Amino acid sequence: MSDMTCSIAGVHFKNPIVMASGTFGFGREYGSLYDINRLGGICGKGLTLNPKEGNSGFRVYETPSGMLNSVGLENPGVTAFLREECEYWAGLNLARIANLGGNTLEDYVEGARLIEEDALLRKTSGKQAVDMIELNISCPNVKAGGLAYGIKTEIAREVVRKIRQATTLPLMIKLSPNAEDIVQMALMCQEEGADAVSLVNTFSAMKIDIHKRRSVFDNLYAGLSGPAIKPIALRMVHQVSKAVTIPVVGMGGIQSAEDILEYIMAGAAVVQVGTHNFVNLRAGADLIDELQILMEREKIESLDEIRGIV
Amino acid sequence: MAEVIANVEVAPNIFRLKAAGAFSGRMGQFYMVRAWDRYPLLSRPLSIFDLNESGIEFLYQVTGEGTRLLSALRPGDELQLEGPFGNGFPEVQAGARIALVGGGIGIAPLHYALRNYRGSDVYLGFSQNPYLTENFEAATTGKVLVNVGGIVLEQVDFHAYDTIISCGPEPMLKAVQRKKLETKSEADVYVSLENRMACGIGACLVCSVKCLDKRRKACADGPVFLAEEVVFE
Ligand SMILES: Cc1cc2nc3c(=O)[nH]c(=O)nc-3n(C[C@H](O)[C@H](O)[C@H](O)COP(=O)(O)OP(=O)(O)OC[C@H]3O[C@@H](n4cnc5c(N)ncnc54)[C@H](O)[C@@H]3O)c2cc1C
Ligand SMILES: Cc1cc2nc3c(=O)[nH]c(=O)nc-3n(C[C@H](O)[C@H](O)[C@H](O)COP(=O)(O)O)c2cc1C
Ligand code: FES
Repeated sequence: MSDMTCSIAGVHFKNPIVMASGTFGFGREYGSLYDINRLGGICGKGLTLNPKEGNSGFRVYETPSGMLNSVGLENPGVTAFLREECEYWAGLNLARIANLGGNTLEDYVEGARLIEEDALLRKTSGKQAVDMIELNISCPNVKAGGLAYGIKTEIAREVVRKIRQATTLPLMIKLSPNAEDIVQMALMCQEEGADAVSLVNTFSAMKIDIHKRRSVFDNLYAGLSGPAIKPIALRMVHQVSKAVTIPVVGMGGIQSAEDILEYIMAGAAVVQVGTHNFVNLRAGADLIDELQILMEREKIESLDEIRGIV
Repeated sequence: MAEVIANVEVAPNIFRLKAAGAFSGRMGQFYMVRAWDRYPLLSRPLSIFDLNESGIEFLYQVTGEGTRLLSALRPGDELQLEGPFGNGFPEVQAGARIALVGGGIGIAPLHYALRNYRGSDVYLGFSQNPYLTENFEAATTGKVLVNVGGIVLEQVDFHAYDTIISCGPEPMLKAVQRKKLETKSEADVYVSLENRMACGIGACLVCSVKCLDKRRKACADGPVFLAEEVVFE
């Protein structure tokens, strides 16, 4: 059996397959379809300090080999997450990553502080529920904050620094492909003490209804994900992993075990799978099996052997 | 994976598809259907048109790429089905007076509902050629009213029923909501929504429905909602 394990900032991953934020709920729905404990990890739906309604109008539109989403970070808020989902998470045996978004610096910091407080409490009672925070500075679907933080390195620096101070949990920063300079952004995260970076979030994109002569989305732009973005995301993961020394988590358009190996060869520590969860509701389980078979066929004994080889 | 046993065009661009296998599902529930590998990415939600020991049936209208691919299926081809999903139509008390109101392809889930609501009155609205009306006539002991080119809702007396269930294009569902409020009918009035979906199981929130109290998921909390609950955006 090839070795698929990996670790990031002391957090163990049974295999490199982690479910991406916003495509996996908090795990329960898929948990009724297959044993999600087989996964390397999950990232929960993006949280903001206060509950968020998300965007009105159409929220999804398909493109050739991709999809546009305009969910706009609809979520129950950090407090409701801690109250309603953490018991379930505490019972899971995989890396559990809370994805934190926000509009203002204060909201980001308070959200991180609440998660930290809960984590410390749970640690003492032996019922840990969150192993890592993924800080989303990159959602293209929220107006204030969101993308603004994700584009400018020096604006993002303040958020990363403050969150680093607010939590002792392993911290991963999720980068936007819309960043002015994604390598600079990643280097900044490393300087500010982030344990890892993950990339990429969705690409800011658009669809126009020519009959109505308007964007199909109330929010004008939406986020593009799926196989359409894979070649660009892969290039970004490659660039970033050559520049930083902290682990890089790669994602964008992964649909197969071959795609996963490409990301690992580009330098990714582990990968995240998003849109493909909609194409195949059992994608997690299937990818684990396929990767095991592919690694054996390619005579790859462990992922370390090929990581960053390109 | 299910095997297609029939896929027949019953009216221009309207197909009735049957797949073999042991499927489950209550009236008003739907399946996420695909007959292609990876593209288009998303599966298509289709309501249960009929279901028995020999298989499951769908009635669909060709409107775009996915349904076009479905329409090319031949007996022996494979169909991927995930489900059943959604809450389905409500259980009603024995003897309740029920009206089923369908607009266009929105008639699909109402057919299966007649297995439970044997004595319902059925109102079917079509913009052009009506189809399968004889199947509805055979499935109910109540009356079947067919309206072509008009507004079927005008024929429904909201005071004559205890439960009214509607499925059709959004303008029709809005009108159902309006009529429920304007007539101050005491009937329980339901609308079955057709929001765009990605996962179908409640994980992605792209199907979110604004309701009076909060947002709900069309796929997991619906697609059937009390008419007055929904805030049409
Ligand atoms: C719960 C539910 C039950 C449904 N039951 C039926 C049924 O029994 N028979 C039937 O003909 N249709 C039904 N629909 C609508 C059907 O899903 C769409 O017509 C179909 O998805 C269109 O796909 P397409 O690829 O042909 O169109 P395209 O326009 O190429 O599709 C592009 C995208 O838009 C989505 N989409 C387009 N139109 C609709 C729509 N009206 N509703 C939801 N999503 C849409 C597609 O799923 C796809 O993601 C139902 C929809 C829902 C939500
Ligand atoms: C419907 C949807 C919702 C998403 N919500 C979030 C979110 O809340 N937080 C976040 O960091 N990323 C979110 N994303 C981005 C994904 O986590 C991922 O970065 C992106 O989809 C690229 O990967 P993919 O091509 O495998 O889908 C969302 C993506 C989709 C499709
Ligand atoms: S379609 Fe994903 S939550 Fe409803």
